[in-house]
Order: sequence, then C-alpha cells, then structure tokens
Amino acid sequence: MTRTLDRPAASPLFRPISTGRRLRNRLATALVTAAFLLAVVPLLWVLYTVLRFGVKVVTSSAWWTHSLSGLLSFQAGGGVYHAIYGTLTQALVCAVFSIPIGLMVGIYLVEYGARSRLEKITTFMVDILTGVPSIVAALFVYALWITILGFPRSGFAVSLALVLLMVPVIVRTTEEMLRIVPNDLREASYALGVPKWKTIVKIVIPTALSGIVTGIMLALARVMGETAPLLVLVGYAPFINYNLFEGNMAALPLVMVSERNNPTPAGVDRMWGAALTLVLLITLFNLLATVVARRSAIKAK
Amino acid sequence: MARRLDLEHVNIYYGNFHAVSDVSLMVPPHSVTAFIGPSGCGKSTVLRTINRMHEVIPGARVEGRVLLDGEDVYGPGVDPVDVRRTIGMVFQRPNPFPTMSIRDNVVAGLKLQGVKNKAKLNETAEQALRAANLWDEVRDRLNKPGGGLSGGQQQRLCIARAVAVAPDVLLMDEPCSALDPISTLAIEDLISELKRDFTIVIVTHNMQQAARVSDQTAFFNLRATGEPGQLVEIDQTQKIFANPTQRATEDYITGRFG
Amino acid sequence: MSDHTGPQTDATADHRPATSATTAGALGGSPARQPPAERAQPPSPGKPVVRRGDRLFRAAAVSSGGLIVGIIAAIGLFLLLQAVPALRVDQVNFLTSRLWNTDSLTNLRFGILDLLLITVTVSLFALIIAMPVSLGIALFLTQYAPARLARPFAYVVDLLAAVPSIVFGLWGIFVLAPALYPVAAWLNTHLGWLFLFSRRAGAPSLQGGGNLFTAGIVLAVMILPIITAVSREVFERTPREQIEGALALGATRWEVIRTTVLPFGRAGYVSGSMLGLGRALGETIAIYIILSGTALSFSGSLFDGGATFASKIAQAAPEFNNPTLAGAYVSAGLVLFVLTFVVNAAARAAIAAGER
Repeated sequence: MTRTLDRPAASPLFRPISTGRRLRNRLATALVTAAFLLAVVPLLWVLYTVLRFGVKVVTSSAWWTHSLSGLLSFQAGGGVYHAIYGTLTQALVCAVFSIPIGLMVGIYLVEYGARSRLEKITTFMVDILTGVPSIVAALFVYALWITILGFPRSGFAVSLALVLLMVPVIVRTTEEMLRIVPNDLREASYALGVPKWKTIVKIVIPTALSGIVTGIMLALARVMGETAPLLVLVGYAPFINYNLFEGNMAALPLVMVSERNNPTPAGVDRMWGAALTLVLLITLFNLLATVVARRSAIKAK
Repeated sequence: MARRLDLEHVNIYYGNFHAVSDVSLMVPPHSVTAFIGPSGCGKSTVLRTINRMHEVIPGARVEGRVLLDGEDVYGPGVDPVDVRRTIGMVFQRPNPFPTMSIRDNVVAGLKLQGVKNKAKLNETAEQALRAANLWDEVRDRLNKPGGGLSGGQQQRLCIARAVAVAPDVLLMDEPCSALDPISTLAIEDLISELKRDFTIVIVTHNMQQAARVSDQTAFFNLRATGEPGQLVEIDQTQKIFANPTQRATEDYITGRFG
Repeated sequence: MSDHTGPQTDATADHRPATSATTAGALGGSPARQPPAERAQPPSPGKPVVRRGDRLFRAAAVSSGGLIVGIIAAIGLFLLLQAVPALRVDQVNFLTSRLWNTDSLTNLRFGILDLLLITVTVSLFALIIAMPVSLGIALFLTQYAPARLARPFAYVVDLLAAVPSIVFGLWGIFVLAPALYPVAAWLNTHLGWLFLFSRRAGAPSLQGGGNLFTAGIVLAVMILPIITAVSREVFERTPREQIEGALALGATRWEVIRTTVLPFGRAGYVSGSMLGLGRALGETIAIYIILSGTALSFSGSLFDGGATFASKIAQAAPEFNNPTLAGAYVSAGLVLFVLTFVVNAAARAAIAAGER
C-alpha cells in the first residue's frame, strides 16, 4: 500500500496498484475457486457412480418387495426390503430414545444451565460425545449390553449404539434453535403468570420446533448410514427378521458389506443397488427436513 | 379489580451493582402513574420489580417491600408466577407469540393456565380485544398469525393479551417507544380507558406522553454515572410539570438535560 | 448472546433478602391470589417458592445433562472393565508390540504399535490434503462466491457430509483407486526412494489400490465438510469495520483476506482441522473397505496396507464370541477413544481460546 503512495502523483487520476499485487490477487482468486470445484468433483463422482451402477437394480419392482432369501450368491434377482425394514426400524427405535434425551439436554443447557459447573461440563461432554467414533460407541454397547448384561446381538443393540451418536446431534440443534428464540417471548409468557416449564413447553419449543425437527431429520439420515455398529452388534441375515430383539437382521449397509466380496454380477448389482437405495433414503429424509423447515418458516411470518 | 400498590424502601441490585436506591411510593387504584427520567436511571428496573420480572435476570435481587393492597409481593410463600398473574405487563417492543393466531395470542394466558372452555375463551378474546380497541380491526382474521399485524396493532394485541387474564395492575414498559405517532395516540387513548378497570404504571421517556396520560408522575434520576438510580420526586402530574419541587425535575422537564 | 437467552431460573429468588420476609399474619388488606395449600403450610422462610411442575421439569432437564456426563464416564469405564482381563493375559507389550494374534485364547499376543502408526499416518495424510482445500472452500464461500449463490454452494459442500461413509468406501476402492493408479505408479517410480512412496513385495498391488494412499484421499474428502463448516462460521464473523478499513486503504481482495479474515479466523480454522482429524482417526467403514490386510508390518509407506484401530475392530467384530478375545479389541477401542477424546478436547479448547 505504501508503495502506491510513494509513486509520483502525476500519472493517471486513479493510481493503479502494482502488477505484482494484481497478479497475486488473481492467483488467490483462482486457487480459492479451484478448491471449491475440487470439493464438488468427488460429490458428483460418487453420486454418478452410485446412479450408474444402481439405477437398473432399484428400478426392478422385486427390489423393493423381496428379500435375498434363498438366493445363491450368483443368482440375480431378489431385493432388499428386509434391509430397508432393518435400517428404518433401527433408526426409528434410536429416534424414540434419542429425541427426548436430546431435547431435554438442550433445554437444560439453554433454559436451566445458568452457567453452572454442570452446564459447562455437560457442554464439554456433548462435544466429546459428538467426536466419539461409531466403532467405540458400538464397543461400549457390546461391553455393556452383550458381555455384562448378557443380551444377544440384535437390531436393538444397534439402536442403542446409534442413540449415542444421535443424541449429541439433537442436543446441538435444540440448543441452537432455543437460543434464537427471542427472550421477549419468554418474558411475555412469564408476565402472563405462566410457570417456567409451561413457558418452555408451550411457547419456547413451538417457536423453535421447525428448526428442531429439521435437525432431527438430518440426524436420522446420518444415523441410517452408520455401518460400524452393525458389524459389531448384529449379524447379517439375507431374509426378513421382524424381531428387533433377537436374531440376525439385515440393514442396507450390511448388504453392501456382505456383497462386497461377491464378485459375480449379481453381487455387484446388489452392492450398488443397496448403495443407491441408502442414498435415496437419506435424500428423502433430507428433503423432508427442508420441507419441514420451509413450511413452518412461512407460518411464522 | 384495581388495587393499590405501595413500594417501601425498595433497593435493587444486580450482583454487586446497586442499581436503584431506596424507592418508596404509592400508586392508588384506578390511576395512571408515569415513571419518567433519563436513560439508565432505573425506572424500568423498578417497574420490573413490581411483578418480580427482574428476577429472571441472574444475580438480580431486591430489598424492601412491594405491597399489593398491603400484601408483600416478596413475602415468604408467595409464588412469583402468581404475582405475575395478578400484575400484568406490556413490554417495550410488541412481542406476540409467533406460533399462535391472533385469538390464541389473546387468550394465551388463560389457555396456558388450563382454561379449556371454548365458549369462555372466545368470549374473553372478544372482550379483551374490544378493551384494547382492536376488535373491529381484527374480527375477520382472528385465526391469522399475530405477526401479520402492524406494530401498533401488535402492541394493542399484547395489551389485550395482558388484559385477558384479568390482572389487578397493568405495568407498561415504554409501550409506545417502538411505534409511530398515530399508533401511539391510539395506545394513549386506550390507557385512559383502561384506568377504569386497572391500576396502571407506565414507564415512558416521552414527557408529553406522561403529561397526557398520567394522574401522577414520578421522576427518577442518577446523581452520577455509577451511582444508583433514585426517586427524585413523585406528585400530581400537573404539579410536576407546572411547579416541581426539585430543581433536577425542573431541569429535566424543561429539557435542560436528559 | 448467552447473557440474553441463558438462564431464566426463578431460583435467583434465592437472593431474596431477609428484610422482605414478613410474616403472613402481618398482612393487611385483601389477600393476594395464593393457593390455599401454600397458605396453610407456608414453606420455611428464605426458601423460594417453586411450583411442582417447575421442580419436576427442572429435575428432568438437569438429570438429562447429568446423563450425558454419565454416558461418557460409562464408555470409559466399561471399555476399561472389558479390556483389563485381556490385557492381563497379553503375552506381548500392548503398547510397543506390532503383533496382533488373537487365534489362541491361551496365547493372546496383541500390541497396538502398528495400528497406532497406521491410524495416525492415514489421518495426518488426509488432514494435509484436506486443510488447504477446506481453507480455499471456506474463503470461496465467505469472501468470493456471489451472495446469492453462497448458501446453495455451502449446501453442496454440506452434502458431502450426508453421503454415508460406506458409500465413500465402495467408491474409493472400486472407482477412485483404479483412477488413481497412474498417479500412484508415477509417485512410486519417481519418488520411490522416499519411504513414503516405496512399495515392498507383499504390500497391496498399486493397481488394486488397497493402501493408505487411496484411504487417505477418501478420508480427506470425508473430512472436508467439517473443516469447511467450522472455518466458514468463523470467517463470516470477521468484523465488517476491519474489512472495510482494509478496503479503504486500497487493499486487493486477497490482501483484505490476508490482513483481516485469516488472522481473525485462524483459531477457528485450526480447531476445525482438529475436529476433522478426530473424525479421520475414528473413521471405520471406509477404511475397512479400502485397506487390504497384509502380513507385513507397517513401514511408513503410503503404499502399505494394514489396518487402523477402527478397521481392525470392525474386521474382527463379527467373530467376537468370548469376552477375553473381544477384550483385546476393546483395548484397542479404548486407546482410540482416548486418542479422539484428546484431539477433540484440544479442538474445543482452541475454539474457546479463539473466542476469548
């Protein structure tokens, strides 16, 4: 900058900056833009891969209505409804536990924490829980539920491990959404003689609800793709098992893992078909999240 | 039913900070009392002490007594929630509940207190909206969200909401400061009507407003920055504006400072 | 911010002074609306009145907070409980041995040195790739992208985080690895004298690509969104006055970034990167799918195969049939837990320090 000032003021009216600075600025712009494009490449590439290998598989109607029961590894055909059932029920059961816990922790942090020591520790522990690898969560459930309490491996054990992964996400969302509820509304409610808990339940939460629901949907989508807990906590079954508490049970990631070593065309098809199905499910939940967010955003206006 | 309000030697603290020092005053039933004074003099703080709203701020505490018809609002065994049911409040910025319709906003207090009777709720909603001079403007869109109203309408909605729980006292914390002149006038008219049913205390930074709406006026001031706010004088509004006892009051009213 | 929304507790009534504690008998005038029950049995003076609903709800909220703390403690405790019996009968040094042989229960020989080295190497490799790219993306999204497109662009990057890691794994080994082969071969031919790019007989084939090179690149893609998200958030908060100040001096866009945005956001960028590192250390399934097993011990080369903590556990998990055997893997899991705990805690500390 000083360099431009030192120049003779004679030449053009607006003193141009030096070529070096100009070039460096151009270079930075190019690099930064390239970095963004670089991130888009793998995303598109992955999606393209999954679509390319998976589309012809998932467009067969048997894919959605049959299991792989009785099929030999090289036999084409069959479907994954057993795995879709497994993935959805495990995620659902996980949600049933995670949502109340996550909500209450979020409420605690925002409405009752009062910057106490417990609040600080809890915030820290939620951060730590966010970073716990899924395999560690799975091992913990294995140690507690299976080794010590003596329960069998089951879809339910998977759900328990997923709870550990989902709770911190819900806590974060709830916390964020509750914090942006204007304090005016709480005060207005108190001033009407409404007790604090009712204010939270009837005023604060409904105001923050769309954001929280969106967060829950996104958390669900993430949990459905988790594979590590499945490997540790439940065996794969190529047939339908409705019982979440006993026996082997399929899930979409498990189909991929088990067909990965099946080099026949049937195996490759199943693997990519399951991958596309999972991506579709996750997309569906992401879309639902967007819809929820949009619908209530209009209502607030 | 309107009731009498007494403050006796009220001192207010935020943590170690002494915000307001030794305020004593009396508010007769069916009257409008205005609190005026420069920013930071503690007039809003005193107002929020009356219905125990200030204690939602961590570290805030009060010494002295606030008596509603002789009964201490801070007495042992008194639930702050009950106090706030009895002493309603309207805030500086209109704050209707964004998730609720106009009607639900008005009866929010009753509904949250467990009143379920639909007919009764509708009736109260109409009465409160009429009392707030808002009924004619919103009767056709009671089920629309309250956020769609203009600022002045929203503030009258908030007044209706406060009135609907039938409090004895109505506290107003600069209710017009976020409004345009026409909406302000509407609210001032409304205040004079509401005095029939309620005891009203209003904080305002607008001296003309105090002169227009109030029966008695209390002037608060700071001796210096960092010092606690204090009540300089309280008297009939006409007297305060025409012939104040204290020099500071006169200076403030004539616009020499503040 | 938190001043505003934080605590709303009526417990502040604790501070209520004794001077206001007049007895109920002294009250004149008409009674306020008090529940008769509380009338009959006034609580002991000085105790604030809290409604039962409030008390219950508060208790539920507080205990949920406590539950989280309890869960973390329980994870550490139960992993330790199950690890100890196996560690007791371990025939080799757990921390310094490269062996991992759990075939015979009477002769368990397991050590984590190789797992640790591979885990750290592949994660750091991923981090080295991801850090500059994320920085570029975050700057692009906050400083370069047109305002109208910034949000959708950010959404695209976040989508990367929505892709399940198993899909990344399959893509990595079946699609990316063959595509990377020319690069890997070139590195191996021209830079093979460097330990990072040498390949020994017995290591996974370069064509197959089941090595740390492929795994690290896939990991880098997977941790891009988290580093980007954290950095973006901090960069966005660069004070406007600072930016405008620099602009008014005639600084170019890049100079503005260098003099204001980067210094302001450095702490956030570093902590975001550490969160990414934590994520990489614990990633299981993508690595499990990509990395080929090998009989060789780890040489430090990116063209080695092997296993990380997480992928080792995942491989053996379906065969857990005995607590002691599982204990060997739980021990490895415990080390991973401690490792990620430390990295994440450091990341949070960096964020906290940056905010101060």
